[in-house]
Amino acid sequence: MSSNLSATFYLISGILFILALRGLSSPETSRQGNYFGIAGMAIAIIVTFLSVGNFSYGFIYVLIFLVIGGSIGAFIAFKIPMTAMPELVAGFHSLVGLAAVFVAISAFLNPEAFNLGSIGNIKLASLIEMSLGAAIGAITFSGSIIAFLKLRGIMSGAPITFKGQHFINLFIGLTIIFLIYYLCRTQSSNIFWTIVTISFLVGVLLIIPIGGADMPVVISMLNSYSGWAAAGIGFTLENTALIITGALVGSSGAILSYIMCKGMNRSFFNVILGGWGATDQASSAKGKEQKPTKSGNADDAAFLMKNASSVIIVPGYGMAVAQAQHALREMVDALKKNGVKVSYAIHPVAGRMPGHMNVLLAEANVPYDEVFELEEINNDFANCDVAYVIGANDVTNPVAKSDPQSPIYGMPVLDVEKSKSVLFVKRSLSPGYAGIDNDLFYRDNTLMLFADAKKMTEEIVKSL
Amino acid sequence: MEIDPFIFRFSIFILSIFVGYYVVWSVTPSLHTPLMSVTNAISSVIIVGAIIAALASNSDKIFETSSIFGFLAIILAAVNIFGGFLVTQRMLQMYKKKKK
Repeated sequence: MSSNLSATFYLISGILFILALRGLSSPETSRQGNYFGIAGMAIAIIVTFLSVGNFSYGFIYVLIFLVIGGSIGAFIAFKIPMTAMPELVAGFHSLVGLAAVFVAISAFLNPEAFNLGSIGNIKLASLIEMSLGAAIGAITFSGSIIAFLKLRGIMSGAPITFKGQHFINLFIGLTIIFLIYYLCRTQSSNIFWTIVTISFLVGVLLIIPIGGADMPVVISMLNSYSGWAAAGIGFTLENTALIITGALVGSSGAILSYIMCKGMNRSFFNVILGGWGATDQASSAKGKEQKPTKSGNADDAAFLMKNASSVIIVPGYGMAVAQAQHALREMVDALKKNGVKVSYAIHPVAGRMPGHMNVLLAEANVPYDEVFELEEINNDFANCDVAYVIGANDVTNPVAKSDPQSPIYGMPVLDVEKSKSVLFVKRSLSPGYAGIDNDLFYRDNTLMLFADAKKMTEEIVKSL
Repeated sequence: MEIDPFIFRFSIFILSIFVGYYVVWSVTPSLHTPLMSVTNAISSVIIVGAIIAALASNSDKIFETSSIFGFLAIILAAVNIFGGFLVTQRMLQMYKKKKK
């Protein structure tokens, strides 16, 4: 296949990828969008086979490896529980990163195959592109591994910080730039390997100081990095499909990071430079004096909700941990039978990744037109009889509106306290991930339901 | 003076960033998780590079250092392509409208 023809096909697959993302603007068009994405990928792979034009033994091996990888991927995709999506996405990011590193290494070792010059005499621009691709890919890989371990609970979600951390990161970052410059002058393979190795280290150092609650930002950020790595390799290979995709994914991840940061009213740098919780210990210890709370049981909750005319459900990460989404749907069905109007309110940073709660509710067969975003529903709390907070905490804390001293001051929160009564399902009075006390616990209209989210919801279903 | 082809690729890159910016802002927040899994899948188009690397051995040997990295990258990218698209499909299948 001529290179002009294949370049045209790569452009087509790039356009199909754009349409795949465009489809996600509404659930109705999203499935079609996904097919566009699959078509784009198929075109890119077939065109590559035809343009390499090498159908010898090697080709058979390529197919075998493709099938091996594909089966592993398909197996994971069908087996993974929806609550584990954040880990899965982090894991997948690490694979993209590592694949980028491997392709860059391969291009460095055999530049003739990619028309980049010869060993020891690689084109300058290609050398910069491939070392950037490899460096970003390596950072994506090790960073995603750390994120995966933290999300999986294998590694503690607590931020790991030490003195001079930021200085060390800055120093290493500058070292990489210096080494790339040096690589361009000497073409030395030792320097190339050093760049790759150091970049793996940067990924680790970059993610360990970020706390568990900031994971939505981290995942989005790594999403963005995997895109930039792909774009870097795309420049090296002079491949339009890769350049377009890299740019799309890079900007997508960047936008998601921005949305997540805004949902917490924090700047991107504030999140990157270190965890919450570490600095807030003092303020949480100060508020430790016992204040009275009202607590109730499942029967009280069932009675309140049965006699309400409207109920708003506020799910959070705790719902995912307890796998309570199906029980919750049963509860809502029972309420609807009693003529209660029920809707769901979702905070942008609820859960461990963007849109996490929406997927879990969709899994439990909750129709998506009953699920609302913060801005859409926040005014409705004032007219609602009962707010049922299940597994959420910091995103409902009224302190964010009233106390300028609070670390979460200015963060957009759900106005749960405006509803006539609040049912708060929580295992204990412990503060949330921000490490601060929730004022809502002590309000007159709040009834605490101390239990596991799933058990409590099931009990309420029974008494309804 | 002739324009370096790099500039053309760079133009595509910058324009795609803008396209991505506007397209992604129009994605509904309830589909942000599928957005991440599908971007994950499409960024595995890096498999294109992996295939070239794997098939590029200039000797008779199929497995030499550079092509081995290519084959490894094929496995990683294939996991991502199939896993990414299928899990996205699985998620999107669950989004249903209210039955009237």
